[in-house]
Amino acid sequence: MVLNFLKVFQLKKHILQVLLTLSALLMTTISHVAVAAYEYDFPEQKTQIGRELTDLHHFVFYVCLAIMVFVTIWMFASIFMHRKSRGVEPANFSHSTTLEIIWTAVPVLILIVMAIPATKMLIKMEDTTKSDITIKVTGYQWKWQYEYLADNVDFYSTISTPRDQIDQYNNDAPVPQGENYLQETDNHVVIPAGKKVRILLTANDVIHAWWVPKLGGKKDAIPGYINEMWIRADEDAIGTYRGRCAELCGKDHAFMPIVVDVVSQEDYETWLAANADTASDQIKSVAAAKLAQPKQSVATTE
Amino acid sequence: MAHTPTGLKRWLMSTNHKDIGTLYLIFSLSMLFLGGAFALVIRAELFEPGLQYVDPHFFNQMTTVHALVMVFGAVMPGFVGFANWMIPLQVGAPDMALPRLNNFSFWILPFAFTLLISSFFVPGGAPAAGWTLYAPLTIQGGMSVDMAIVAIHIMGVSSIMGAINVIVTVLNMRAPGMTLMKMPLFVWTWLITAFLLIAVMPVFAGAVTMLLTDRHFGTAFFDPAGGGDPVLYQHIFWFFGHPEVYIMILPAFGIISAIIPTFARKPLFGYSSMVFATAAIAFLSFIVWAHHMFTVGMPLQGELFFMYSTMLIAVPTGVKIFNWLSTMWRGSMTFETPMLYSIAVVFLFTIGGLSGIMLAITPVDFQYHDTYFVVAHFHYVLFSGAVMAMMGGAYYWLPKWTGHMYNETLGKWHFWLTTIFFNITFFPQHFLGLAGMPRRYADYPIQFTEFNQWSSVGAFGLGISQLLFVYIIVQTVRGGEKATDEVWENPEGLEWTVPSPAPFHTFEEQPTVK
Repeated sequence: MVLNFLKVFQLKKHILQVLLTLSALLMTTISHVAVAAYEYDFPEQKTQIGRELTDLHHFVFYVCLAIMVFVTIWMFASIFMHRKSRGVEPANFSHSTTLEIIWTAVPVLILIVMAIPATKMLIKMEDTTKSDITIKVTGYQWKWQYEYLADNVDFYSTISTPRDQIDQYNNDAPVPQGENYLQETDNHVVIPAGKKVRILLTANDVIHAWWVPKLGGKKDAIPGYINEMWIRADEDAIGTYRGRCAELCGKDHAFMPIVVDVVSQEDYETWLAANADTASDQIKSVAAAKLAQPKQSVATTE
Repeated sequence: MAHTPTGLKRWLMSTNHKDIGTLYLIFSLSMLFLGGAFALVIRAELFEPGLQYVDPHFFNQMTTVHALVMVFGAVMPGFVGFANWMIPLQVGAPDMALPRLNNFSFWILPFAFTLLISSFFVPGGAPAAGWTLYAPLTIQGGMSVDMAIVAIHIMGVSSIMGAINVIVTVLNMRAPGMTLMKMPLFVWTWLITAFLLIAVMPVFAGAVTMLLTDRHFGTAFFDPAGGGDPVLYQHIFWFFGHPEVYIMILPAFGIISAIIPTFARKPLFGYSSMVFATAAIAFLSFIVWAHHMFTVGMPLQGELFFMYSTMLIAVPTGVKIFNWLSTMWRGSMTFETPMLYSIAVVFLFTIGGLSGIMLAITPVDFQYHDTYFVVAHFHYVLFSGAVMAMMGGAYYWLPKWTGHMYNETLGKWHFWLTTIFFNITFFPQHFLGLAGMPRRYADYPIQFTEFNQWSSVGAFGLGISQLLFVYIIVQTVRGGEKATDEVWENPEGLEWTVPSPAPFHTFEEQPTVK
């Protein structure tokens, strides 16, 4: 098999040897990573929507993989069987209407099979009605502001990773990076488990995007717009989830993380009580005015 | 016999399609190295978590200018170079229809790029808002943004003039007997590309001009405080941006469609369906733009429309892939460097196309959007699609251009190094994106370290391997085994009826196609 392969590509043996040595070298250079835990797929989802999203992602991926396998087999079968070095005389056909109709029609069917669950999923995700609580999230260069509109809670959330862990320009004495490097903030967003949380997104300066991978989906926070998304963390999802800004927003784009604490309803209420009234009157009136506007969003789905 | 100018004058004042083609190709290759150098700064910084070499602002300048240089400096002029060299030779014309325009459209390019690159030296450095130049972030930029806007205008003028030249040449200067449906597919793909260029470059010019007036003349097209709309910019940009994607890939399809039949020793399968598929892709490219903006908060109906239309692109693209595979099927294949490149392009472009289908699915795109999954996707279509097709094309036609055969062993080396390092660089980026790493990040949480290291090692290998490409080209230009007129075994096309190297003036007597 390998020898065949060599012959096919007219590769001389020494080329293969060098290639092998090269890849061995490469493996050695980065061998310490071999033991590390590679994350290569969506992280484990903590919402029902997130799990359905992952299933859809896997479904689409496997369909694509099947197509890739089909293309690969076809191509390599040609490469092995239909080459001059085996003395094959070339055929002379150049079209086949039947075949061309088949490989136009079959992909259309495959696409329809993918489009149906995708459409259902999308309709579900865009339905922000019947929410239990509403949090308004505002992106700034480079921090997030969270306002719990009904509960008088309002705070900013800024990265809390120490600067000396980030700046490694002077490599003499690098400060070791913590487990949650670039994924820790001074104030956490707190949401109750099992409740539908509607998130209103806007920004104060440039476009940002709010994304917590384990809670599914992201959405842009755009100045002048109020976008909507919603999440419902599982009842048993109590814990801390980390996310980040996903739309280039300038110098510190990589340094405005999101940390969400999912807590029980009681803990949530306790937390609200402890943090209520932190909103300044000015912010409250601005928020109220924004909410009162009939043209709440140019672009969200109702 | 017409005169043959020499020295500096030959190049500066050239109206010869071959010389101008050569200029374009050299320019494109230099930009590939410049853009590649920026990419290596990015990969060096991303080798480890933490900031080791550059500050985040400079990092953003690198990502921005890397993309601008690669898109407008390497890929687009590269294909114009191929068009200049090959379209007259393939349609049997003595030159491009508008030779002076041709000279002008090349020679304004170096000025455009001088302007763009010199923006590194103004206060605040080069543009840092990403090659998409999204408002309002671009509004914040320094004077470098204005320099980039002017540079983009010049590049646009150059592209439009080049496109006009291609259309006029193809429609008016074909040899007798060469009907439209007998044109080589490379000519067809370029004809359609030229229409795309004329349609969308002015749109891009409009978008950046609105940015310019927002920045300096008190307008508020994209500023919500003045009643403007940041999302409007994205709509206009991607109305240009998506056809632009096909501008960069259709000529590559043309090159592949020339190479595969030659080395399969069998006519191209489904010629007319190739033409219709190309036209279909071009048409669809105008109605899919908002799939780049699924997360901006479009209405459900809009998201569904753009999801369905985007998925449809898979159909004509699939037709092309299947046609290439059928061309290879029951052929009598050999695997010279151009063929190796073409096979790799078909294989790797299919990976990029399939990840494109995944990205088209709106609900899951909410996870993929703006992550490294997208970066991996578009490098699979842009590098292993467009750039590797150009490399294959260069090996394919280099004997015709120079009169010498390139060194086959070195060519294969270049192919394998490029392909292997390309995959080491970009395949892990799929995983990074799925696991949650956003693109355009100067620094990242530690769980993304391993794949970033693979990617960085691969990138340096990929970059260094390209020095071999330059070496092979220089070696072939300077000497080597004499190439025959046909170069390959019974290749199809008028370019193989002229001597190698193609003389300064060809087809002074019109050939006839039966």
